[in-house]
Amino acid sequence: MFAFTVRRVAQAILVMLIISFIGFSIKHNFGDPVRELVGERVTPQERAEIREKLGLNDPFLVQYGRFLQSAVHGDLGRSFFFKKPVTEVILAKAPATLELVFCASLIVIGLSIPMGIYSAIHPKRFFSRLIMGFSIVGVSVPVFLTAILLIYIFSVELGWLPSFGRGETVRLFGFWDSGLLTRDGLLHLIMPSIALSSIMLPLFIRLIRSEMMEVLETEYVKFAWAKGLKPRRVWYVHAFKNTLLPVITVGGVQLGIMVAFTILTETVFQWQGMGAMFIESVSRADTALMVSYIVVVGFIFVVVNTMVDLIYGIVNPTVRIAGRK
Amino acid sequence: MDKLLTINNLNVDFTLRSTTLRAVNNVSLSVNKSERLGIVGESGAGKSVLGFSIINLISKPGRIASGTVMLQGEEISSYTYEQMRQIRGNRISMIFQDPMMTLNPVLTIGEQMRETINAHASMSAADVDAICLEKLRKVYIPSPEKRLDQYPHEFSGGMRQRIIIAISLLTNPSLIIADEPTTALDVTIQAEIMDLLLELCETEHMGLILITHDLAVVSQVTQRIAVMYAGSIVEQGATEQLITNPQHPYTKGLLGALPQRASRDGRLNQIPGVMPGLAKIPEGCSFRNRCSLAADICLTQPVLEEKTSGSQVACHMVK
Repeated sequence: MFAFTVRRVAQAILVMLIISFIGFSIKHNFGDPVRELVGERVTPQERAEIREKLGLNDPFLVQYGRFLQSAVHGDLGRSFFFKKPVTEVILAKAPATLELVFCASLIVIGLSIPMGIYSAIHPKRFFSRLIMGFSIVGVSVPVFLTAILLIYIFSVELGWLPSFGRGETVRLFGFWDSGLLTRDGLLHLIMPSIALSSIMLPLFIRLIRSEMMEVLETEYVKFAWAKGLKPRRVWYVHAFKNTLLPVITVGGVQLGIMVAFTILTETVFQWQGMGAMFIESVSRADTALMVSYIVVVGFIFVVVNTMVDLIYGIVNPTVRIAGRK
Repeated sequence: MDKLLTINNLNVDFTLRSTTLRAVNNVSLSVNKSERLGIVGESGAGKSVLGFSIINLISKPGRIASGTVMLQGEEISSYTYEQMRQIRGNRISMIFQDPMMTLNPVLTIGEQMRETINAHASMSAADVDAICLEKLRKVYIPSPEKRLDQYPHEFSGGMRQRIIIAISLLTNPSLIIADEPTTALDVTIQAEIMDLLLELCETEHMGLILITHDLAVVSQVTQRIAVMYAGSIVEQGATEQLITNPQHPYTKGLLGALPQRASRDGRLNQIPGVMPGLAKIPEGCSFRNRCSLAADICLTQPVLEEKTSGSQVACHMVK
């Protein structure tokens, strides 16, 4: 298990290097840091001096090395719009996004597992057909439409839920603005979480259902029946544990993708998170902020995937053996 | 002799969209207490379906259309789901064909053994473990204490089949149904596993239904043989008699096709044609299209009856 962990972490670092390289290439080619620093009223000579002083005339790889070095120390540059280090800007926005993704993941995991199992065990029952019908609708309707529909029904018509913003937040540990601890904050979370989960939930249900149906046909499940085990034991221990393996691999990636999916949801609900920030930074051509968003989201993605692989190793005994060698 | 298992006029149907196929056709047979019965036939003859129908575990859309299964005088074919569950793995155990596929890859051997006992009895964890270890020793698994915590992939095919046999012994069943237990193993291991099964049946006084296409295996292990063809039993009798003096043309053909019985320079005998699919079984005698003796009378279905040889044969041409 230890060797396996080390190998997975090494892979994660390699992926991060590639992401940072891509991010840096974008920054290198699209932004002009001198313009960001000094504005329009500076003579070409002065510009050239500043360029030289900032090391912008150095070879690409040397500059990339410098970028990496400061990135490791948590310095990804300065946002020219906010006039602050980008890490500070992102850190202020990240809690909103992460809490949204967290709640959406809870909805996805909490609902997809029972629904997927049920529709796999009783594929012909009315409720299973209902689940499958809804999941097709859920996959096909785009997130922004779901979001607008939710706002129309629950905010405009019924007036039950707030339509935008995070509501009242509580500051934790000095930097984390949490909406999870106040009633108002939780009310604000409901619709964005549902909208964000609306794509992933049907995908997960279908994934769990099809994997589980396949597992139920295997010889070892048939043997479990022949041993006279109770149905619950066969379904939840024999079949579901084997269903989990492929679901964890695919599901982990999908949960990571949700971080990126927040861009749409956050825009519709004016959720002050990283996604909305990214859209704004694009429209302002704030390259440092754009790049750091890419690197941070890439980082979250890699961390989630590495954790998923480690969990997979715990569930699947053959992986553990391979790691022991 | 005490009857352990009696099957009366069993029919198993598979209902498809438009048609109903009969996989087991009017089969009656019985197994005495601690008797070993072989069911022999080609692939698709309905042997496995017959085996699974005894514990009512036929894959969908198959179902028992009519007939009864009696276990020690109880009509288990009319049991409720829960009553039948208590028979499965408890009084009747099954051994499957491919040991590489039969054990759940993500559960340890210990878990897969303990759950079988716990499904049928309530006893302390220590007692459960003691039984598991005892049965593992019975199938000659070395250092069973260590083995309980291992996963199936840490065992070879032959070892896994031993473990599966150990699982089938856990509840001291009175009958074991072994569905081609050695087909997926290599030849040397096959003999070991068959010897083990034979030994255990004798020491534990268990009945055995051995489903196989391997006549050599069946002749060494069983006391009686039933030959199945296209869902029906065509010949049934004592092993010795059936092997040395086969009556039904199909049984003769099967035995003639065995390499060890053919003379060195003669050609191996073949039964002409192939067994018909379930949808294309001819009326009357199902074997008549491949039979060299077929006559007009074969258009009516022969019944399984005792002939002069002493075996029961379903053929008009056998006296």
